[in-house]
Amino acid sequence: MSATRMTDTPVLSVRGATKLFGAVVALDDVDLDVHAGEVLALLGDNGAGKSTLVKCISGVHRLDRGEIWIDGAPVHLSSATQARENGIETVYQDLALFDNLNPTANFFAGRELAGPSWLPRGLRWLDQRGMRARTQQLLDRLQVRLPDFDADVALMSGGQRQAIAVARAVAFSSKLVMLDEPTAALGLRESAKVLELVRRLRDDGVAVILISHSMDHVMEVADRGIVLRRGRKIGEAAATPENQQQLVSWIVGAQSAA
Amino acid sequence: MPDRPTSPTVPRSVRTDSPAVADAETEAGAVEPVTVLPAGGDSRVIRSVLLALKGGPLFILGLLVVILWITTEDHVFLTFGNIGNVLEQSAGVCVIALGQLLVILTRGIDLSIGSNVSLGCVVCTVLFRDTQSTLLAIGVTLLAGLAMGAVNGIILVKGRLPHPFIATLATLSIGAGLALYIASGSTIIGAPDIVNRFGGGRIVQIPGAGSIGWFPYAALVVVAFAILCWVVLRKLLWGRWIYAVGGSPEAAVRTGVPVKGVLISVYVLSGLSGAIGALLFVGAADAGSPFTGAGMELNAIAAVIIGGGSFLGGRGNVTNALTGALILGVIHNGLNLLGFNPNWQYIATGIVVILAVELDVVRAHFENRFRSLQARLA
Repeated sequence: MSATRMTDTPVLSVRGATKLFGAVVALDDVDLDVHAGEVLALLGDNGAGKSTLVKCISGVHRLDRGEIWIDGAPVHLSSATQARENGIETVYQDLALFDNLNPTANFFAGRELAGPSWLPRGLRWLDQRGMRARTQQLLDRLQVRLPDFDADVALMSGGQRQAIAVARAVAFSSKLVMLDEPTAALGLRESAKVLELVRRLRDDGVAVILISHSMDHVMEVADRGIVLRRGRKIGEAAATPENQQQLVSWIVGAQSAA
Repeated sequence: MPDRPTSPTVPRSVRTDSPAVADAETEAGAVEPVTVLPAGGDSRVIRSVLLALKGGPLFILGLLVVILWITTEDHVFLTFGNIGNVLEQSAGVCVIALGQLLVILTRGIDLSIGSNVSLGCVVCTVLFRDTQSTLLAIGVTLLAGLAMGAVNGIILVKGRLPHPFIATLATLSIGAGLALYIASGSTIIGAPDIVNRFGGGRIVQIPGAGSIGWFPYAALVVVAFAILCWVVLRKLLWGRWIYAVGGSPEAAVRTGVPVKGVLISVYVLSGLSGAIGALLFVGAADAGSPFTGAGMELNAIAAVIIGGGSFLGGRGNVTNALTGALILGVIHNGLNLLGFNPNWQYIATGIVVILAVELDVVRAHFENRFRSLQARLA
């Protein structure tokens, strides 16, 4: 549905991605393309390799074989920081929030505003007021309201925490946002709000990779679905109502496209 | 969190085997999604309880002071002279408790801090005895403390140990052995003047106790080190990283916090606190003994825990750790004044530690209630 926004060069290309954990093949020769303004759903059963693939793209794991291209140029992502510097943001299943810090500190975790710049990073003075103001600004833009900016995240409910994690990724992303089951712990209306954030991202021309077990949510926001099974890509189809049955049968293993 | 079974046809209500089961249920009928409503009346009560619990250590300290003021003969506890004694006697533990706080904030523990103090005590006095150089005695003592901390941190990080317990237990033994070896097992008398002044001197300019003065220089050292730790923890990016590593080491790696460097740095600072503590003890006694720090790691750890620190990491602050150390000092001093056998202080310390961890359990309970209330309101 957003094909008009797509450009010829994918924001992210993965070629021949292979990842081994000891003798276990977590990823086996997976190819994948995502374009700007596109939502790609990553589908598959337990242990299919979805989360592993996301972690490789976000720099947490390193691929044993295969290449990652961003905007048509090969990149070497050996750390989460490098991935973020390349405009890749990730919301993990377990949110990666710091329970003992407040929303502002969580928002800026890893990219705190601090100066002066001639000092070593660790010795820089935190610009707490600036970070607070910018957090408020960003949350306003995303229409997320929090009751108390200075309360620790530990005091917030699952839904509130999810909102902070998603908003954090959305706020700082420039090219690609990956969401690993962003709605798994949420109620109906909160899920809808998160999906709305995903759509807003896509409309802003950001590429989105979405892992979800809810076929409803996938159908609602995704343009395309890729199905993994035991680390291999076994199917790819546009996320249209006509293809839903096909995607489901790939996921449950009723038939293989290959 | 393991993946849930994939079956797109399963109704949403069945798929609630996530950590936030309660939220999923309570928020199903929510009015405002993602948006968070302001807390209602009930949660305001819980919030004030939580706030009160945060000041728990100060409350315990205040209570102890009042009790001792009432029960000691002629209310001697609250005289300038005695307050000066308490401050001076607690100064060393205050400093090493701050070092321990930094380590415990990152989910660690520095068991070697007591040995570090002993080592510092003998390094300072032996060097001063043999060279008569104040600069050398103080400088090498500080370097020895920093080095011991660095060794702890490097063993932990480069040795890829899951927890610093064993590493610092080993350096505890090594440090104690080194201290005994350097001092040939005996106490060395004599310390540089400036060390004696800051460890055992009183500031006569501060009025209240006539010409001898009551306010100890040692308290100034504590305040200076506390300000340093406070600035590091609250004002610098470094401190944000320390809290982040303690809050979630996994998330810290993912967000690009230099976790290894942060871990090494807290052990180095803890080592420095051991050396400063050693100088205070040397100054107070005008002597250094290889046994000064024996068992002192327990005081440092107890002070942090009484001050609301948690071995789960990321919890605790400078004020509360200092309060914890002062509580230990006040207990020690009070039992003395009341004529109890000095050994009671260990029992009393244990009881206060148990009280402190129970307060923490209460806090966790109220935080949980607060969370579920928020979920229901949202």
